[in-house]
Amino acid sequence: MKQFTSFVKKEFYHILRDRRTMFILLGMPIVQIIIFGFALTNEVRNSRIAILDNSKDIATSAIINEIDASRYFDIQKNLYSYKDIEAAFREGNIRMAIVFPQNFGQDLEHFNKAQVQLIADASDPNVANTLSNYASAIIKDYQDRILEGKKLPYTINTEMRMLYNPQLKGAYSMVPGVMAMVLMLVCTMMTAITIVKEKETGTMEIMLVSPIQPLKIIVAKAVPYLALSMVNIASILLLSVFVLDVPINGSLALLVFESVLFTITCLALGLLISSAAGSQQTAMFISLIGMFLPTVMLSGFMFPIENMPLPLRVVSHAVPARWFYSIVRSVMIKGVGLEGVWKETLILAGMMMFLLFLSIRKFKIRLA
Amino acid sequence: MRTLRFLLQKEFRQIFRDPSIIRIIFVMPVIQLMILPWAADYEIKDIRLAIVDHDHSSYSRQMVSKITSSGYFLLQDYSSSYENALKQVEQDEADLVLEIPAGFEKKLVKEDESELFMAINAINGVKANLGGAYLRSIIQDYNREVRLKWIQFPRFNPEPNIEIASSNWFNPMMNYKIFMVPGILVILLTMVGTNLAALNIVKEKEIGTIEQINVTPVRKYHFILGKLIPFWVLGLLILSIGLTIARLAYGIVPVGSLLVIYLFAALYLLAVLGLGLLVSTFTNNQQQAMLISFFLMMVFILLGGLYTSIESMPVWAQWITRVNPVAYFIEVMRMVVLKGSGLRDIAPHMGIMAGFAIILNGWAVYNYRKRA
Repeated sequence: MKQFTSFVKKEFYHILRDRRTMFILLGMPIVQIIIFGFALTNEVRNSRIAILDNSKDIATSAIINEIDASRYFDIQKNLYSYKDIEAAFREGNIRMAIVFPQNFGQDLEHFNKAQVQLIADASDPNVANTLSNYASAIIKDYQDRILEGKKLPYTINTEMRMLYNPQLKGAYSMVPGVMAMVLMLVCTMMTAITIVKEKETGTMEIMLVSPIQPLKIIVAKAVPYLALSMVNIASILLLSVFVLDVPINGSLALLVFESVLFTITCLALGLLISSAAGSQQTAMFISLIGMFLPTVMLSGFMFPIENMPLPLRVVSHAVPARWFYSIVRSVMIKGVGLEGVWKETLILAGMMMFLLFLSIRKFKIRLA
Repeated sequence: MRTLRFLLQKEFRQIFRDPSIIRIIFVMPVIQLMILPWAADYEIKDIRLAIVDHDHSSYSRQMVSKITSSGYFLLQDYSSSYENALKQVEQDEADLVLEIPAGFEKKLVKEDESELFMAINAINGVKANLGGAYLRSIIQDYNREVRLKWIQFPRFNPEPNIEIASSNWFNPMMNYKIFMVPGILVILLTMVGTNLAALNIVKEKEIGTIEQINVTPVRKYHFILGKLIPFWVLGLLILSIGLTIARLAYGIVPVGSLLVIYLFAALYLLAVLGLGLLVSTFTNNQQQAMLISFFLMMVFILLGGLYTSIESMPVWAQWITRVNPVAYFIEVMRMVVLKGSGLRDIAPHMGIMAGFAIILNGWAVYNYRKRA
């Protein structure tokens, strides 16, 4: 036992004395939360657009004013001919052009019918779609205003209610994702690299010839990273509750328990990588390409899983982060208890056991 | 000049004799470009819908069949218990609940007005918003059909009607891959460039071989150039592989000229490699270098405008994107590949990138000390 504690102490010194690494490991989640929470929104805002108004009457200027006043659009320039549109797009500074034909207002007044054209830069299909929708909604609003409360017969009214996240904040779906990402990074990549580093610099040899059991070496390596992850989880949760206003609706104890489960899975993965990799560079690239990318891509946090082709959806089931992400989302935001996430928990636990077993078996106590 | 040649020879040998680097160069682009574009699809489709029908009338059934045949929705559940449907949302089996109250048809016909209730899982706000909007517009369409059935509209429109024609330029099929692939290629170049360069010098520090160089008359800038040029060549090679994959696998042929892309990429690589070298002069071991370059990469890539558009970011984040080389390259790639912008259109980007290259490399040379 004393042997073991002194090994753990050694590992702690390793981490604590490398100030830069420490600083980044602890600072990373904070920066991520801030970037994800404030800077990354899928919402479209202040999109630059251009207007080609061939009519210049009361109706068009009213619509233009309304578009300019909305927070989605920012009118960048007025164009004077159809040809200018393409040039403006090519310079790359507008996202959409709105074209009013001649006699727009007259047509609307006399024939109750007028046209308007929206030209979106679809190089980003999503933004193009959203912008067309927003612009159409503003124009439709204007149209309804002319109608002035004349009630149409046979009307179906739809009432919408947003569950869990009434303000539609992006942070609700990203906090669980950042947790998965940071744990993956700290535990998998860092453990893999520290073990390989000992191999590379030759200190592993010294440990293997010491009387301490190999299993204890591994556990001692893992303990400090487990502790570090807990600190990170605490800082992520504190930031999300107090800075981003994302509540913890479920039980905190359950959340911590699940995080520990996922952390151990990540540690086992790191261990597995370390026995496969010969150099730090390889270890890093394996954990980056093999672990980190799948975590970001296939966990459902950046990209919706249901949109992926079948093979990727199948592969996503093997990504531990996917299950963890779904658990955290349910517990933290929906406030579900263990009875709602037992299936995911069981799968995660199974993965953990399997990976631990595999990594301990693969751990080489002999030198090459 | 001769010194540089020998240094280059050394570096190239070092790279080509390391199987893991070769693997990274060839495997990374293939994996990323073959898989990522398939995963990175933000398009909202297949929204899972649970319908609670208390009415069971012919109107409610007509509406449901209209909704399910629209292609946006997957009917997950059709029941008459609201609790049951909510439970499905809780278990992540449905995204949206549509409740049709009892007497829906009767009220619509007799009282001219009827209600429907929607409850949407809004954890993913964008999806919730769009899903709700789709459903609402389908219901409105249905509403119009009902109205037409009951009243004969006069020949002239009784209500003012603005027709909105929207067209999508540059990517009329709204193909997500055309949008993602050039961006992913940029990320690939950035990751490989920065990481390899950052790790390289540090590795020499860690193993101690840098001492051997420090005691030779090799000049600082020779050393840095010797490190820079091989990776620069590698980077252009990766770009070529990536463009080939984009063409063969996704049929993406740049509208603009390839020369412009290469020209800009050449400058860009200089800047990115400079960043990597700078990181490596600041750090003592590979672990540190990895973490720092990873950290920078993450910020740059996330704020690069690939996943979310830059205009929507708050002002402080937009300022960060001004000093983010990744954002410039992604913009240039899109402009050239999709819109066919020429050299004149991207001249400002070129200037800024040249500035980045000079500052970062100059800083790296300045910061590299030939002392232990």
